[in-house]
Parts: sequence; C-alpha cells; structure tokens
Amino acid sequence: MAAELMRESYAIQGGNFDTAGEVSGEIKTILRDLSIEASSLRRIVVVAFEAEMNVVMYARQGTLTFILSDDEVNLEVRDEGPGIPDLELAFQEGYSTASDEMRELGFGFGMGLPNMRKNSDDLRVETEVGKGTAVFAKIRLDAHD
Amino acid sequence: MTLNEIRDILQCEVLTEGDDFTLDVQFVVASDGMSEILAFAKSRELMITGLTNIQAVRTADIAGVSAIVFCRGKRPDARVIEFAKKKRIPVLATRMVMFDICAVLYNKGLKGVS
Repeated sequence: MAAELMRESYAIQGGNFDTAGEVSGEIKTILRDLSIEASSLRRIVVVAFEAEMNVVMYARQGTLTFILSDDEVNLEVRDEGPGIPDLELAFQEGYSTASDEMRELGFGFGMGLPNMRKNSDDLRVETEVGKGTAVFAKIRLDAHD
Repeated sequence: MTLNEIRDILQCEVLTEGDDFTLDVQFVVASDGMSEILAFAKSRELMITGLTNIQAVRTADIAGVSAIVFCRGKRPDARVIEFAKKKRIPVLATRMVMFDICAVLYNKGLKGVS
C-alpha cells in the first residue's frame, strides 16, 4: 500500500444546508495547492461533495476523512443517520427519498450515489438501518476520465 | 464564444464585476438539479440554472465551470454573489428562460455535454 502523505478529518453537521459543501470546498483548495491534475481533482471533489450533501440531507452528523497518498486519494465518510434499507435501489439513477426542502436546494434527484460511483475507481458502502452509513471511495491520481 | 458575447446575446446583467470576460466557452451544462450539473460538467463549461441559492455557487465551484448564468429573471442575494466573487466565478443574470437560452447558444455553435 502506498505511503500516506496527508490525512485530514472534518466534521459534517446534519441538516445545516447553509454550510453544506464547505468541507469539499476546503478539500478542493488543498488539492489545488498541491497541483493535483485537473480531472482527478474534479473526480475527488465531486465524490466528496455528493457524500457531504448526503450527510447534511439525511444524517444527524458525520465525518469526512481525506487520505492522500502518492498515487490515490481515499475518502471515508461515516454518518450517524437512518441508514439505507435497499442499497441496490439507492444506486439506481433517479431513485430518491429526498424531501421538498432538499429538492429546492437542487439536490435529491437520485443522482448522488450514481455520481459518486461514476467518479470513483472503487466505491464501497456499508450501511445499517437506524445506525448510519459509511462510504469508502478511492480515486487514482493518474489522469483519466 | 466569449463570455462577453454570451453576455450580449443573452442580454445579461453582470453581477460580479472584474472577471475576465474574454474567456472562451464551447460547452454548456443547464439544469436546476445540482447533481446533474456535477454529473455532466467536465471542465470550464458555462452553467445555466434557475437555482439561486449558495448551493448553486458551491456546485459551480466543485464542477469547475467557467461562469454561471441565472435564468428567468432570478437573482441571487448579496451573500451568494459575494461567495461567487470569492471563488472567482463570473455570475450573470438574464430574464430569458432556460429553453430559449439553450436554443440561442446552440444556434451559435455551443454544445451540451453528454
């Protein structure tokens, strides 16, 4: 396994739509300062942003951990929330359990998890109904789309 | 097509002065769904949306679009505009509806992303 160069953890507050996305914005700044190649940077921040929005929309609270190594970034997002009863269904484009408030914010159209899968080289979701969800995403740093 | 030309053809008001409007744009992403913007934006597209809250600008930043056009006469509040300035994302507003904007830009040679 490649040596870890950086590890940062951020708290995400559930239900706070005002600050939703700040963590991903900060990760983008870090990656840009490190001159990470543009298409990899975009993939990483899209996965982080969608995951962060899911925590804000559905969970009480969560943490996003960003782990940088030589050739990849791993994102681990764990929340205390309702969990996902049917993961296969949740990954279907267009399927959503979002509220009107979430949709008014431009989210909850059933594209979050599919977007995360599309932009990750590996995506794993562990979930338990009534407890919460953990998402593990790996994105390689070599240029690819 | 430059942002200057887009501003003129869509009769836009510029809400963030001081940006580079000579920037060339060839592709467009248009939606009120932020995940849709994130799903299709690859790099430096023009983003058209009727969603004027802060999440629209956050999405624009994450997706790496070149500018935002707010359609159908909707305007973001001052805090949202300030945030766009901080992120150095040019913001324009037009009274035109999304369908007409897309038609006009398509006829000028701009394309969607799929």
